Amino acid sequence: MQSSGNLQYRVIVGMEIHIHLATESKMFCPCPNRFGDEPNSNVCPVCLGSPGVLPVMNRRAVEYALRTALALKCEIAAFTKWDRKNYYYPDLPKNYQISQYDLPLAQHGVMEIPVDGQLKTVRIRRLHLEEDAAKLLHEGLVAASHVDLNRAGTPLMEIVTEPDLASADEAHAFGSELRSLVRYLGVSEANMQQGQMRLEPNVNLAIVRDGQEYRTPIAEVKNLGSLRALQRAVEFEVQRQLDEFERTGATMQMGNKSTRGWDEGRGATVLQREKEEAHDYRYFPDPDLAPVTPEPVWIEQVRSELPELPVHRRRRFVEQFGFSEKDVGTVVDDRATADLFERALAAGAPVRNLANQFISFWAMHANQRGVPIAELPVPAERMATLAAMVEQGTVNATTAAAIAEKMLAEDTDPQAIAERENLVQVSDSSEIEKLVDEVLAANPQAVADASSEGKKQKKAFGFLTGQVMQKSRGQANPKIVNELLQKKLRSS
Amino acid sequence: MDLSQLTAKQIVSRIKSRELSATEVIKHTLDRIERLDGQVGAFLSVHREQAAARARAIDDRLAAGDDPGPLAGLPVAVKDNICTRGARTTCASHILEHYQPPYDAGVVERLEAAGAVIVGKTNLDEFAMGSTTENSGLGQTRNPWELDHVPGGSSGGSAAAVAARLTSVSLGSDTGGSIRQPAGFCGVCGLKPTYGRVSRYGLVAFGSSLDQIGPFATDVHDIALLLSAIAGHDERDSTSVPPTMAATPDFLAGLDNADIKGLKVGLPKEYYGQAGLDAEVSHAVGEAIEQIKAAGAETVEVSLPHTDYAVACYYLIATAEASSNLARYDGVHYGYRTPSPSDLIDLYSRSRAEAFGDEVKRRIMLGTYVLSAGYYEAYYLKALKVRTLIKRDFERAFGEVDVICSPVSPTPAFRIGETVDDPLAMYLSDIYTISANLAAIPGLSVPCGLSRAGLPIGLQILGRHFDEPTVLRVGAAYQARTDHHRQRPPIASA
Repeated sequence: MQSSGNLQYRVIVGMEIHIHLATESKMFCPCPNRFGDEPNSNVCPVCLGSPGVLPVMNRRAVEYALRTALALKCEIAAFTKWDRKNYYYPDLPKNYQISQYDLPLAQHGVMEIPVDGQLKTVRIRRLHLEEDAAKLLHEGLVAASHVDLNRAGTPLMEIVTEPDLASADEAHAFGSELRSLVRYLGVSEANMQQGQMRLEPNVNLAIVRDGQEYRTPIAEVKNLGSLRALQRAVEFEVQRQLDEFERTGATMQMGNKSTRGWDEGRGATVLQREKEEAHDYRYFPDPDLAPVTPEPVWIEQVRSELPELPVHRRRRFVEQFGFSEKDVGTVVDDRATADLFERALAAGAPVRNLANQFISFWAMHANQRGVPIAELPVPAERMATLAAMVEQGTVNATTAAAIAEKMLAEDTDPQAIAERENLVQVSDSSEIEKLVDEVLAANPQAVADASSEGKKQKKAFGFLTGQVMQKSRGQANPKIVNELLQKKLRSS
Repeated sequence: MDLSQLTAKQIVSRIKSRELSATEVIKHTLDRIERLDGQVGAFLSVHREQAAARARAIDDRLAAGDDPGPLAGLPVAVKDNICTRGARTTCASHILEHYQPPYDAGVVERLEAAGAVIVGKTNLDEFAMGSTTENSGLGQTRNPWELDHVPGGSSGGSAAAVAARLTSVSLGSDTGGSIRQPAGFCGVCGLKPTYGRVSRYGLVAFGSSLDQIGPFATDVHDIALLLSAIAGHDERDSTSVPPTMAATPDFLAGLDNADIKGLKVGLPKEYYGQAGLDAEVSHAVGEAIEQIKAAGAETVEVSLPHTDYAVACYYLIATAEASSNLARYDGVHYGYRTPSPSDLIDLYSRSRAEAFGDEVKRRIMLGTYVLSAGYYEAYYLKALKVRTLIKRDFERAFGEVDVICSPVSPTPAFRIGETVDDPLAMYLSDIYTISANLAAIPGLSVPCGLSRAGLPIGLQILGRHFDEPTVLRVGAAYQARTDHHRQRPPIASA
């Protein structure tokens, strides 16, 4: 329970998510399922809703939805069917959408999300498939709209949760986790800016006043272009509903759910539809499509191919490999990168060094190139070797970074590069001692300062260290330099 | 030689043997249509240049020693709710009056691959909704036997074209009897195949779970010839039966010297007790059944107890599906759009109000109501359950018999205008044909005589799912012993 003035309240959020599936072709016709092409270039008589056309189900889309449903531990329907959802709108070529109504593909699942270091279970009410509508474009037009049908008929997976989320943070965490999940499963790129994942939170509050509990009317929020917007929108709604309740005392009734749009510029939700009328969609089973009875053998096969889920993998990487919560995403968020990491471990990489290298220079290079670490042209075995070289003291961290850069440019083993470029770290104490002696001899003022105290001492010590490193062309083992310098200074 | 007296089988054979050229056959057909269709009104559009060009191309291939296909050079008329690429496909509606599809229907592709030549598109009740072709928004087709009588519907144009021998064969569609009934009214043969036998891809949908495309012809052999060309799995139609479920048999096999000895013919007692059954119809059908018995079959009384519910069941399901199928005709992306709409709703409602005919509007409203919240269970869902019962009636009956025979309609063709004010009476006249669509079984209509007024009477032969071969065999055996199918209206010999 939270407090606001003399009210105590609880936030209640349920989510409705539409995820665009990354199949080659559309849900019911062979048109390419692509974003960004010339308007109305990926169309055919079927997705145009021409007279006489018929839908043909995309099996891959069903497989992707099944995969997701299994990852969400849903019950898979033994019998599922397609239904027509009838309504008129210019973005709907047939004026009905092929969707699923009362017998969806999957129901009653769960997803775990990280909340304050723990895992919270969010219940999934249902998951089903449907076709997307076309895109309406109003820009630059007066009293007219253009229709781009490239998106019409593309496959969508709709997921509905129970109202188990209790804050804007949890809503954000849910959105983030679901996005990771579908990327892990390879069923969607879930890029919100491209509309590949659309989140609609349904928000209301349970308010306690004078010992009585009241529920505010539910608001469904649309038009969220990012997880950040989702968070802000839920926060805004909570405050708005508190204010509204204080003012009017209005409570949740049958039919007073409203639809609000998020206005990014104003940072506010705006009323779009009062009294969400029970739209009569006149659902009935689509007579053009056969019902689907997923075979148990197929379900088990898809289930057996499920990867470790990102939420669990992240936790394991933190516990087993020592990643911090902050850094673990760099390696785990992309499934192929996490796989690469584990392959490098299997090839003998020492874990701490490998982890450090992943979150430092490998991540940096990957970001520069705009790809995940797994797409860098360096195989796991070589990454393992480089990490091992640092652990064994063959090279130091700085040198390793330089070697990594070369490894990206040429198809060569790091060991070979180190030897060729004379980058092998010098750990021979007597050699380093010679350099230390030279530096100390050449910098009497610094030596004097380094034997004093405070800032002056630190600065001088750093200077002398730098000089030794420079003389060794960066190859001296910094630990040994440090030890020897300290010894020599103490005794001087 | 009067080409209009040749069957399709004869035409195809003579073109193949080069006795006739495709060009002269097509020219003859087009001339005949030009000369006579003014009286009959079977065609909405005639593909003069394209047909002539195709005929020349076929002749060129034949001259080169090629085989252009089993229907090479055969003129065919196609009902105007079947899409023909680049050629007007109107569904006899103002809302699609100028519409040209960007693609060919599956059956059109197959006909052309077989070498057939589509000479034109025929008239129908608007969007296939009706039993007389009086609901056409683009003109009235007349029964070639009595020009002031209806040809039946909804495939009235296709039936009349064959009856008047403008073409020897044509394609129609059947949702509640729309091939079989006009075939009966016009004294020709018409077949509704098993649901799923012929692709619906490119057939403008009316009742999706009921619609099937099928052939009209003057005899059963020609029916089988056309069926062979158009039947078969189409990947683009998910309700089209895959070969693993039902292979496409050789429909022509067993039709010459058709043997039906020992075959059991069911006579549903509910059909023959109907109050509205015309005595002449009953008599003609009775005689036909005697002929079938004389060919060696035996008759068995069967019962189809849910017969009385069939019409109601059909009109709930068909209109529900139609209300959804016709939603796309909204003035937005093709077809008629009302000029100067004030807003989106106005655009939708005026385009549809102005361009749809009354019967179409009636059925859309009925179908919308039947699916609406609060009524879905009582009407649509209940109708689906009754449909299952009707299907089971046939399954039980076909446990005892191989085919079921009945009249096609309770009466012969009526006068134009006679039933227009009583849609319900019109609906009730579908009583014999409608159950076959609900049960998805095949049905053949063959001529079995004329009334005293000179109007044709049809015999209906129904069979098991995918058992067109037996149905056709009974029809062929019947036609081997009778010559009702060789009777022609005067205009056919004109």
